[in-house]
Amino acid sequence: TINRGLSDVISTVEFNQTGEFLATGDKGGRVVIFQREPQGEYNVYSTFQSHEPEFDYLKSLEIEEKINKIRWLPPHNPAHFLLTTNDKTVKLWKVSERDKRAEGYNLRDEEGRLKDLSTITTLQVPVLRPMDLLVEASPRRVFANAHAYHINSISVNSDCETYLSADDLRINLWHLNITDRSFNIVDLKPENMEDLSEVITVAEFHPHHCHLLAFSSSTGTTRLCDMRARALCDQHAKLFEEAVDPSRRSFFSEIVSSVSDVKFSHSGRYLLTRDYLTVKVWDLNMENKPLETYQVHDYLRTKLCSLYESDCIFDKFECAWNGTDSVIMTGAYNNYFRMFDRASLRDVTLEASREVCKRRAVLQPRRVCVGKKRKETDVSVDSLDFRKKILHTAWHPKENIIAIAASNNLYIFQDRMAPNGHHNTPEIQSAPPK
Amino acid sequence: TKLDDSKMAGAEGDDSLYPIAVLIDELRNEDVQLRLNSIKKLSTIALALGVERTRTELLPFLTDTIYDEDEVLLALAEQLGSFTVLVGGPEFVHNLLPPLESLATVEETVVRDKAVESLRKISQEHSPVDLEVHFVPLVKRLASGDWFTSRTSACGLFSVCYPRVSSTVKAEIRQHFRTLCSDDTPMVRRAAASKLGEFAKVLELDYVKSDIIPLFTALASDEQDSVRLLAVEAGVSIATLLPQEDLEALVMPTLRQAAEDKSWRVRYMVADKFSELQKAVGPEITKTDLVPAFQNLLKDCEAEVRAAAANKVKVFCENLPEDSRETIIMTHILPCVKELVSDTNQHVKSALASVIMGLSTILGKDNTVEHLLPLFLVQLKDECPEVRLNIISNLDCVNEVIGIRQLSQSLLPAIVELAEDAKWRVRLAIIEYMPLLAGQLGVEFFDEKLNSLCMAWLIDHVFAIREAATCNLMKLVEKFGAEWAQNTIVPKVLGMANDSNYLHRMTTLFCINALSGVCGQEITTKHMLPVVLKMSTDQVANVRFNVARCLQKIGPVLDSSALQAEVKPVLEKLATDQDMDVKYFALEAISVLALA
Repeated sequence: TINRGLSDVISTVEFNQTGEFLATGDKGGRVVIFQREPQGEYNVYSTFQSHEPEFDYLKSLEIEEKINKIRWLPPHNPAHFLLTTNDKTVKLWKVSERDKRAEGYNLRDEEGRLKDLSTITTLQVPVLRPMDLLVEASPRRVFANAHAYHINSISVNSDCETYLSADDLRINLWHLNITDRSFNIVDLKPENMEDLSEVITVAEFHPHHCHLLAFSSSTGTTRLCDMRARALCDQHAKLFEEAVDPSRRSFFSEIVSSVSDVKFSHSGRYLLTRDYLTVKVWDLNMENKPLETYQVHDYLRTKLCSLYESDCIFDKFECAWNGTDSVIMTGAYNNYFRMFDRASLRDVTLEASREVCKRRAVLQPRRVCVGKKRKETDVSVDSLDFRKKILHTAWHPKENIIAIAASNNLYIFQDRMAPNGHHNTPEIQSAPPK
Repeated sequence: TKLDDSKMAGAEGDDSLYPIAVLIDELRNEDVQLRLNSIKKLSTIALALGVERTRTELLPFLTDTIYDEDEVLLALAEQLGSFTVLVGGPEFVHNLLPPLESLATVEETVVRDKAVESLRKISQEHSPVDLEVHFVPLVKRLASGDWFTSRTSACGLFSVCYPRVSSTVKAEIRQHFRTLCSDDTPMVRRAAASKLGEFAKVLELDYVKSDIIPLFTALASDEQDSVRLLAVEAGVSIATLLPQEDLEALVMPTLRQAAEDKSWRVRYMVADKFSELQKAVGPEITKTDLVPAFQNLLKDCEAEVRAAAANKVKVFCENLPEDSRETIIMTHILPCVKELVSDTNQHVKSALASVIMGLSTILGKDNTVEHLLPLFLVQLKDECPEVRLNIISNLDCVNEVIGIRQLSQSLLPAIVELAEDAKWRVRLAIIEYMPLLAGQLGVEFFDEKLNSLCMAWLIDHVFAIREAATCNLMKLVEKFGAEWAQNTIVPKVLGMANDSNYLHRMTTLFCINALSGVCGQEITTKHMLPVVLKMSTDQVANVRFNVARCLQKIGPVLDSSALQAEVKPVLEKLATDQDMDVKYFALEAISVLALA
């Protein structure tokens, strides 16, 4: 049915630290975890319902069950831990395996029938016997009631004991073991809501320095905060912002400059930000302009008006680094996604759709043309399908394996070449229909 | 000669087996409460099984039961700490190690901590040989485990085995501890840092200098703030172990660095541990190093740090060496304190307000009048109620030195303002200080200035305030006596019995409940009882059943003739009331007062 289809739409994708597991969350509040088999394929490992729809009676607001973000915790023990969040509540889940079962009751047999009491002459201690592997997901913590607005990001600190949750106006710091209080570390809420000029769109901790966090806003700026300096990080340590040429300013300038995703590079040296039309790489040591700017779909610059009318202009595209920070990836429309090689400056557009993605097939590059078609395979801007968008993507932390969520389909592509091969000929490894 | 207890139990017949069989079966019941219940009675199960079967069957089962809920695992970890006798005494205590080892690796911190606590406890029951043969290998296994959970647990076990093992094993233990201090994961380094002080205490002094100091220095400059801040506490413990002449070279550079750390959380920790630090380093270093460090903390750019330091002002000053105490306070500390009084952050001001009065006993009358009094007066006028409350709640310190009269002119407006604060919790807090203030200000001042406040609270619109106000009256009467009560309070309280608001009429009854005991038989019988009896015809049922409850309460104060002649008929009438609650309480009163 249609509803079922909507609740299946994938809303977040995330690899764990080793890349052995991949988690997706969907609009229906479900989390699906895939495990990589020895031969390389990702298969479903566990599925569980993380969030349920709720109703806030005080504010008369429906709270959707949609999973906004998933973040894996660094490995603790043989079990796996992940944080999931919807608009209001963050939960910590444990996914563990069990392969033993207790056997032997005193008062009943294994089928549960009561035994004749007179036959019981000695006590029996249960013994554990092997059984088929069972994967269980259990909620360990529920971090609720700390956000007045919608949570857009969660990020685990490198100290492995704290994490942040960010909503439109505030960022809170939590201890993973403590659910009844959190500390507000950033608060953008003006005294008078009419003075509101920007909202937080995304926030992330630095991968190695426990005291650094970055957050971006709807005005196109990204701020770096040093938690060492103050308990409240309202004053930023650095502000990354590119001056806009006043002559090019238009009604849409601010909307398209709103940052929809920010990611620290694995090295911790760079920041990757995505706005509506570009992805930018920033050096933490240079605040006034990005090191690199890549056009994702510049041909849309003339179509902003209709994109505004269809609300597409507010789509929040995510971005990702590859394991060595040499390639970046981000999504676009028409089920296209883009990759940029930072060294060679080569870029490629690829398509994730059921029609072109046959198992083990090699993806062919796509080209969008503005004017007349030069090649038969070229696609005209006017024929792009703006309902098919790739918002959520993830890159394996070490290998050239990428996960692409397109509506309710998850595509996993793998580099066919050796690890040093080019990224632009990925091969479809699996496309499990959900 | 070991007895097989289970066979004995069996011989007694099924009846004695049954409850134990239920307990064992419920170890794996689906209901977590039943499992928890069984685990809490694990000693009963073990006793029934006998030591042999406990060792060979029960413990192996428990070792693998680590999938359970945290609360069950926590209870299990706790039980096993006192299980030695149930497995056959110290000779067999090492049988408890496997289940505790698996509990020491679970992800839940409270469970791990409890398992470590139990392991520490049973380590004492190991013979020196068993310690080396069984316990130390377990510690080593945990210390080199794949998961950080087991390595963090190992950190807490080194100090209990170290004193009782051979020098070769000691060297190995030191090596393992060193390794964990430079572990890849911050969780393990934090665990090591938090146990560093404890481990240092059991080491020989030479090893403290050669092993612990480099570890301390390294942890104190760790890249993770959360590790560095734990090193502060370790530094304090280490400082207490070293002779005075080594402190400067071995510990002070690191501690100085911590007090100036870039991260406010580390500086906060230094401020928070300042009194311990002061004791550990002694008077000389205090004078040369800690005084300037303390000044800096009081002026820190982060309010959390200033508040933590402000909290320590009194204790720090108290523990300064006597010969130079006054000079140091007057020239170095007081100027900082003066600035804090007008700090921009209310937590800082209220932290200071909670200790500043204590300085008056240290500085004496003249300095208090000249330097501290102006500060108290400023704080009494602070915009934040908590600051004012903290000053008022510590008035007794000043009273001893200069007498409270010096303050009374400023005190009164502050009290009145708090008494009328819009937040009922603030009003509640000031009510609680009323008896103390009354005692210090004296009955005359009280009657003149504060009595009307106390009466006004009785008709506050918040019940908690009215309730506190009645309790306050009782405490005042305890202080000023029954005669005072009869002249000032009782008439006003009884006057409220005619109020048109039934809540106020009930307040009269609640006051009488509280006051009858302290006012005594005469006042109760002569003045209060007639009013209560009259209220038994009140049109509001809530008032009537409170009359019954009130009579039950004051009954013991009255003599038997009053009870029989006046109370009994009224209660009997109430017992036939149409309202079932009134009936209920009237009957209860009749039975409690034995009037039936």
